[in-house]
Amino acid sequence: MIAPVNAGHARRNNILTLCAGAAIALLLWQAPGYIDAYKIRIINLIAINAILGLSLNLIYGMGGMFSLGHAGFMAIGAYVSAILIITPDQKQIMWILDPIAPWVRDMRAPFLASLLAAGIVSAIFGCLVSIPVLRLGGDYLGIATLGFSEIIRILITNLTPITNGPLGLKGIPPHASLLMSYGCLAVMLLCMTRLMRSNFGNVIRAVRDDEVAAKTMGIDTLKTRVLVFTLGCFGGGVGGALMGNLITTIDPKMFMITQTYSLLMIVVVGGLGSITGSVVGAVLVTTMLEWLRFVENPITIGSLNIPGIPGMRMVIFSVLLIAVIIFRREGIMGMREFSWGWLLRDGKRGGTQ
Amino acid sequence: MRKFLLSLLICIVVSSSAFAADDVIKVGFFNCLTGQNAFGGQLELEGVQLALKEFPEVLGKKIELVVVDNKSDKVEAANAVTRLINRDKVSVIIGTYGSSLAIAGGEVAEVAKVPVIGTSCTNPLVTQGKRYYFRVCFIDPLQGAGAATYAYKNLGLKKAALLVDVANDYAVGLANFFKQSYTKQGGEIVSDMRYQSGDQDFTAQLTEIISKKPDIVFLPAYFAEGAIVLKQARELGATFRFMGGDAMDNPEMVTLGGDAIEGFLYTGFAYAPDMKDMNPVAKKFTENWNKAFPGKAPNGNAALGYDAFLLAVDAINRAGSADPEKIRDALEKTKDLPTVTGVTTLDSDHNPQKDIGVLEIRNAKKEFVGTVIPE
Amino acid sequence: MDANMFMQHFINALGLGSLYGLIAIGYTMVYGILRLINFAHGDIFMLGAYFVFFATVQYKLPWALGAFIAVSGTIVCGLLVDRVAYRPLRGAPRISALISAIGVSFFIENLAVVVFSGMPRPVVQPPLLMEAFSLGGIRLVPLAIMVPAISFIIVAALLWMIYRTKSGLAMRSISFDIETTRLMGVSVDRIIAMAFAIGSGLAAIAGIMWALRYPRVEPFMGIMPGFKAFIAAVFGGIGSVPGAMLGGLSLGFVEIMSVAFFPRLSGYRDAFAFLLLVVILLVKPTGLMGEKLEDKI
Repeated sequence: MIAPVNAGHARRNNILTLCAGAAIALLLWQAPGYIDAYKIRIINLIAINAILGLSLNLIYGMGGMFSLGHAGFMAIGAYVSAILIITPDQKQIMWILDPIAPWVRDMRAPFLASLLAAGIVSAIFGCLVSIPVLRLGGDYLGIATLGFSEIIRILITNLTPITNGPLGLKGIPPHASLLMSYGCLAVMLLCMTRLMRSNFGNVIRAVRDDEVAAKTMGIDTLKTRVLVFTLGCFGGGVGGALMGNLITTIDPKMFMITQTYSLLMIVVVGGLGSITGSVVGAVLVTTMLEWLRFVENPITIGSLNIPGIPGMRMVIFSVLLIAVIIFRREGIMGMREFSWGWLLRDGKRGGTQ
Repeated sequence: MRKFLLSLLICIVVSSSAFAADDVIKVGFFNCLTGQNAFGGQLELEGVQLALKEFPEVLGKKIELVVVDNKSDKVEAANAVTRLINRDKVSVIIGTYGSSLAIAGGEVAEVAKVPVIGTSCTNPLVTQGKRYYFRVCFIDPLQGAGAATYAYKNLGLKKAALLVDVANDYAVGLANFFKQSYTKQGGEIVSDMRYQSGDQDFTAQLTEIISKKPDIVFLPAYFAEGAIVLKQARELGATFRFMGGDAMDNPEMVTLGGDAIEGFLYTGFAYAPDMKDMNPVAKKFTENWNKAFPGKAPNGNAALGYDAFLLAVDAINRAGSADPEKIRDALEKTKDLPTVTGVTTLDSDHNPQKDIGVLEIRNAKKEFVGTVIPE
Repeated sequence: MDANMFMQHFINALGLGSLYGLIAIGYTMVYGILRLINFAHGDIFMLGAYFVFFATVQYKLPWALGAFIAVSGTIVCGLLVDRVAYRPLRGAPRISALISAIGVSFFIENLAVVVFSGMPRPVVQPPLLMEAFSLGGIRLVPLAIMVPAISFIIVAALLWMIYRTKSGLAMRSISFDIETTRLMGVSVDRIIAMAFAIGSGLAAIAGIMWALRYPRVEPFMGIMPGFKAFIAAVFGGIGSVPGAMLGGLSLGFVEIMSVAFFPRLSGYRDAFAFLLLVVILLVKPTGLMGEKLEDKI
């Protein structure tokens, strides 16, 4: 969101972005040959968490709407995609509690279409939910969305003929390859940067920063917010679908409030309202959570055997989280964005919108 | 910031250099060591550790046990298995308590072609259609039918009610199999009540059940929940019997349930430290356990952990190699292997046919009542 | 449904609802003053239950002493949380404090796993409280009456404190305008600490009674009651103490009665609770007894 210093810089920046994109794509394409599946999985998870973080950041950071309901929209996306790509035969066997509803069994779509469908169904739910609740402000909005998210989860748990209840779905074809996840992330990044640079981006910020002023300028604030919320839910649905495809099994318990919490952490640690911040947040939170596993493993130093301490990982993680919030409350990136200009030190450092 | 990113990159590059030594055979173990299922997972780990002490070597090589916690969480379960396979390069994996965790981990193992031996994951979906998942426990349809048979035939109780955690795959599955078998035999389900995991107040559901006057209530809960359900039921004046499944089998259950748990019945794996006609393996297991963990009673989960390790050692021996594919082939042919929970022979779905034990709490102690053949 | 059965449900709902109410007061007091949803409150409640478990079961102290130790211990923990995790963030954007609260919640839960282990532990109920008797056809244990009775006495005492004492006046004043109150010479941090202390103390009392009624403690036992109590606080009108109690009771009744009248839908019991929350927010966002709060900037 930085106005480039001059046209030359702008061209240079675009070229740099393209080069970096190509380099990353090459790396990701080659990666499976060089690093093991475990790391691939983590790297993949980073992309999916970044997509989810970005979509929540759109709602909360950019749109100023405190939503605690993202896990619910993720769940919708994950289930829609999974139901569409699992074969009818497989579904028939899997529903061992109640017989599957025939229309659910016979639904089929290719992966990319299912991803789109996941986003759209999530967005429709998001839109329906948002119209009444967006009249609420501040914390009340957060609470209401939290309520909806839990209701969605309880419905999924109970509607066995459609969702297979608590058993969830297994054997989802693992379509979420590295290239697929990062491709989705790239598209998402492109769309969000475009969106926030456009005039509508200014409208969104105006509504966030001062609703009354925005109204007097003739902006339909409710419509703007509903639209932003719906877009965010679209992202949440797609992210949820990718998550399901990465893990290859889903069940209602995956989409509890703690899921929303971790996304919120990614967004806040990275910097509220910063697009690159959410990516940085996703990298940090995801790798940190994985890396911290070592504290729970038994450690052997010489003949000394230190047993692993269960639970220690989350203790350290939460301490780090609290420390980040207390000592760097605006997050790593604050509201700034990464830019080539900042990296190459031309013009003033960083920039705010 | 730039420095930070750079150092992060270096870290990622440097840390990717773990390799397996040739003189050990690595056996992976993933289970719930923390989180809501930690009690079962911990007991299974101790069972495995006990077996490792007895069989520290196979094919002349030292066995190294690599333990990873799946935190009773599906995402973590998949991560844990990935980690065991790729970083630790294990030859075979043992785990886990909790079928949904086994399913999540199994998907990863299936792709990586590394065999897994399930301990107490009783849901049929765990091994269904899987090439690399095996297990040492019976499956839930059998267990549910066993419980129903015992209630209807052995005890002659004609009216049953269900109280089920609707968010728990294990509970919903088992309740369903109980219901099917019970009604098929001629019994009547007078009330089918539900609750959500994490609930601690069951008074509303229990009051409703009491008003329907069942002879027995089937409660396929985890022990920590089941114990307080029983307490609340007795507080509300319930006099009917309760029956549960293998997840109730935990030494802590009696301390949690106190008087209320007296007379409680549950189906379980066919091992209890006090069972009468113990097979030789079970006898040895009990003796060694008492030496290794004095003051802590073993249970079916501990036994299954032990059994899973026996299966692994047996398969590695027959395969004559630490190659996962060969171990898988050997596991598939597991036949007549004496284990704590009975003789293990795996069928074409990788499930053993095992007796279903029935246990009852009498005088604040669990007693092995006998085994039942499901109808 | 006959009258007896209805009365049984009524008693159940009263017990559950008054416990929700007690926990909800902690949320409401902190929110009323700081506009902070204290997500760690449910875990403070858990600590209260654990402390009483250790005092009475592990160390075999008499119940009264055990309860006293549990309440004081929990208050200390509540104050520590405020001092370490929230006070440095006064004046920061509210989301920072909220994330900090989520962090504290994770911290307490997992520290409890590390220190107390994940194994649930049984609480031994005093037999005197559990001797069942019949009252007009319904079966009761003294505990079932004791819980709501104690809750109501506590709420009455708290209301007296808020409306009749100087500290109470200061508290109400802070919730109205924190800066002006500071200018009036009130030690704001002290009063905020007091709100945390009272909230934690009540959470501890609720934890003790919870441990008596549902006799088991485990590290994650605070999550659901905390969640529900939070709904109760919003339902009753967050910021209002009588509202929190009313909200708690309403929630208890909705949960129990939804099962009583629609047994087939018992799987949706929690959904009813959340539905209640959404409906009240849409119809009357400030809750039953709440006043319009200006968002503080």
